[in-house]
Amino acid sequence: MLYDIFIDPFVQMYEMPDFFLQVLWEGFVAGILYALIALGFVLIFKASGVFNFAQGIMVVFAGLTLVGLHENGVPAYVALLLTIGVMGVLAYGVERVVMRPLVNQPDIILLMATIGLTYFLIGFGEFVFGGEPKQMITEELGLPTGSTAFEFGERGLVILQHIDIAAAVIAVIMVASLGIFFNKTRIGRALRAVADDHQAALSVGISLNQIWAIVWFAAGLVALATGIMWGARSDVSFALEIVAFKALPVLILGGFTSIPGAIVGGLIIGFGEKIGELYWGGLVGGGIESWLAYIIALIFLLFRPQGLFGERIIERI
Amino acid sequence: MNALVSEKELEPAGSSEPVAREELLRVDNVSLSFGGVKAITDISFDILKGEIRAIIGPNGAGKTSMLNVINGFYHPQHGTITWQGKVRRKMKPYEAASQGIARTFQNVALFKGMTTLDNIMSGRSLKMNKNFFWQLMWRGPAEREEIEHRKKVEDIIDFLEIQAIRKTPVGRLPYGLQKRVELGRALAMEPDLLLLDEPMAGMNLEEKEDMSRFILDVNQEFGTTIALIEHDMGVVMDLSDRVVVLDYGKKIADGAPEEVQANQNVIDAYLGVSH
Amino acid sequence: MFYREAGQFKTSYKADQALMPILQDRIGLSVILVVAFVIIPAFANDFFLTSIMIPFLVFSLAAIGLNILTGYCGQLSLGTGAFMGVGAYAAYKLTTMFPDANVILMVLLSGVFSAAIGAIFGLPSLRIKGLYLAVTTLAAQFFLEWCFIRIGWLYNYNASGAIEVPHREVFGIVASGAEATPIVRYFIVLCITAGIAFLMANVLRGRIGRAWMMIRDMDIAAELMGIRPLQTKLMAFAVSSYICGVAGAMMVFFWLNAAEPSSYSISLSFQILFMVILGGLGSLSGAFMGAAFIWILPVFLKFIPGTLGIEIAAETVEHVTFMIVGALIIFFLIVEPHGFARLWQIAKQKLRVWPFPY
Repeated sequence: MLYDIFIDPFVQMYEMPDFFLQVLWEGFVAGILYALIALGFVLIFKASGVFNFAQGIMVVFAGLTLVGLHENGVPAYVALLLTIGVMGVLAYGVERVVMRPLVNQPDIILLMATIGLTYFLIGFGEFVFGGEPKQMITEELGLPTGSTAFEFGERGLVILQHIDIAAAVIAVIMVASLGIFFNKTRIGRALRAVADDHQAALSVGISLNQIWAIVWFAAGLVALATGIMWGARSDVSFALEIVAFKALPVLILGGFTSIPGAIVGGLIIGFGEKIGELYWGGLVGGGIESWLAYIIALIFLLFRPQGLFGERIIERI
Repeated sequence: MNALVSEKELEPAGSSEPVAREELLRVDNVSLSFGGVKAITDISFDILKGEIRAIIGPNGAGKTSMLNVINGFYHPQHGTITWQGKVRRKMKPYEAASQGIARTFQNVALFKGMTTLDNIMSGRSLKMNKNFFWQLMWRGPAEREEIEHRKKVEDIIDFLEIQAIRKTPVGRLPYGLQKRVELGRALAMEPDLLLLDEPMAGMNLEEKEDMSRFILDVNQEFGTTIALIEHDMGVVMDLSDRVVVLDYGKKIADGAPEEVQANQNVIDAYLGVSH
Repeated sequence: MFYREAGQFKTSYKADQALMPILQDRIGLSVILVVAFVIIPAFANDFFLTSIMIPFLVFSLAAIGLNILTGYCGQLSLGTGAFMGVGAYAAYKLTTMFPDANVILMVLLSGVFSAAIGAIFGLPSLRIKGLYLAVTTLAAQFFLEWCFIRIGWLYNYNASGAIEVPHREVFGIVASGAEATPIVRYFIVLCITAGIAFLMANVLRGRIGRAWMMIRDMDIAAELMGIRPLQTKLMAFAVSSYICGVAGAMMVFFWLNAAEPSSYSISLSFQILFMVILGGLGSLSGAFMGAAFIWILPVFLKFIPGTLGIEIAAETVEHVTFMIVGALIIFFLIVEPHGFARLWQIAKQKLRVWPFPY
């Protein structure tokens, strides 16, 4: 038993390095996708202190809209533009209908409102596009679909899906551009001001409403990108919603307000999950992927309650 | 050791010395820092039983940190605290509370969702002990205990003259009353040492007068020892028996109000000098 | 006018501390109890009992359980569904291990197991607060769900992987299993829910309830006043999980007859959380109102098109229901973030001064 837990997995890793590399790659890709979802959370949390539970469903919704429009005869790129428009309308609507009337309410109320939004979007998405899973229009969007096999050592083979590589590249570009946006532009500075203190930001003439609409729109764009990438790997379906909960441990690791934190956290969870499942999961009957991420985050929290990048909390009174 | 010496010196009770009192708490060479920031450096002073001891100093001098050290919320890196003649080990705040240290807070820390009555009743928590199963039943021991403590709480409510707001959620009360309820909550603990962190901050003159009267009454009627932080010098000089002055985490003066008032260091700290 | 405490003087603290110091409240409660215990059983049909009243009571109890933890002690939990599941599986194991034992006792006992598990998952609450704690409870949710699927012993290695409630009699009356009549189930559920609600009302007005609220409102101040944070929070976790566990056991034993792991999924957790938030955090009566709203509203929505003579596909109705429930949640949060309990208080205030505006 102890051998199985502490020695055997490492022996396997050593003996089959190609398999281990493949697992690492899988973990990396999963991690990138978790990070993208977490990124959407971080954007909104940074600017409004709202923990947006609807980010997961926004991913599904964006993907569904894109595919649904294409199914109805809209060319892929036009559908993409239209979907961006829809996310813009959604952002404006959320700001107008949900956020504005609830300003200054306690966190839990805002959290519940986003869960209400989740329910609404689930119902709305199913109502418009139907509940069954859809195929992502990967090729039509000009995304690569093939795969490359790398020979490794004498008999090993590591297979990389092109779409995964594309996902990684897109994620990097998105994080970089968001970083520039936050740090270099006027709106970015306003965003950081709002994140720090709503009232102080208001008092120097920053429009909260405008900022929130922009942030929700940015989160919508991130959701769209996530939806395309995730949809290309599996299907666009409401099952994704459960996966979105994984963003929570990612955020715990990376901190709720740190964009690099979301990426690092996503990768840790992605690696940890895949390695845990494939090397240790068998010992307890498999399927531990469903909860391993939370346990990793939990153990982590017990030692560092402030998260990976957070500062040490000094409680004051 | 120090405690013994001072007790011997002060032993002849009933002498004309007004400070002939037993030592309640003694702070020896306490230092506290957060990371690289030194909040308190090598501070020593004592609090005698039955006195009103003021801790003053400019903003950021480490006064509140000092109170936090005394009631176990922060743990000093160096130095010892002697409570009723015994050197205190590192302890949790609730242990300090059970040993008889109560306090109020700089920014009112009442339980916002509860009524005035419940807030003051919460001060009795340590003295109530009927377990979960009696609580489930209510009728019988739990109810009797509740009523017994309710009587004590009503006495405090009478004393502080807040009968009218008994059933009002404290969140709705004006600031001055909240401070008063907070004092009531601390009094309900029947503490040996009462720490007051700026009990009069943000009050108008009339409210300050009321509060001063309550503090003096508590000290004289119940004999409670009080350590208070206050910025209003008039109040400090009138109320307190002895004053300790902190500046940048260091003690710069200690003594009777008049002495402190005349101390050059204190004047420099408050008015500022060019170094 | 109709609702006045004027003239109702209290001459003892005992009377002042009563659960319902105002006469009109006592009358109101008596009316509700008479309706629940006499009128509904006398006139309601089986459909009303099984589809509306029994689930409503089960969910009310679960909402009370969560309310203790989140509403009174301030610890956000997203694992309610799993704790209910622990109760259900424990009750199932107990009744199949001890076939002769009283099934109602077994249901009540099953809560002890979920209390223990709840307390274990509550341990991190000493160091972790707020949303961070939500992760702990999510860990509980997904881990326990996984256990329900993977540990065959829990469902006696059924091929279906589901638990099916066995036929059990109490004092010669069929209490559980497919043959139990709705009226019997209703009475069992009603008694347990009302009983636990009453006991909790007692706890909440005393020392322990106050300690929970102290932790909720300002944990640091509570600790400085002598409240032991870990003990107090763990107790809230245990009591809350006990109640949720009993609710979960009742859910399968007296309502569904069978349950699979997905019955206790995260969506159940959210459903209960909605009931608590909409009903009002920190209010027992709010738990009932929230449960009524979240459970009964969709049931009605399903029947509205039929009664209007409009033919709509069942799926569409479900989708629209989702939309409406989501929109209503947002609507009520905007109108009154403190839930129905606060709305009810406002209504009482209006009644007090009626017919004058103030």
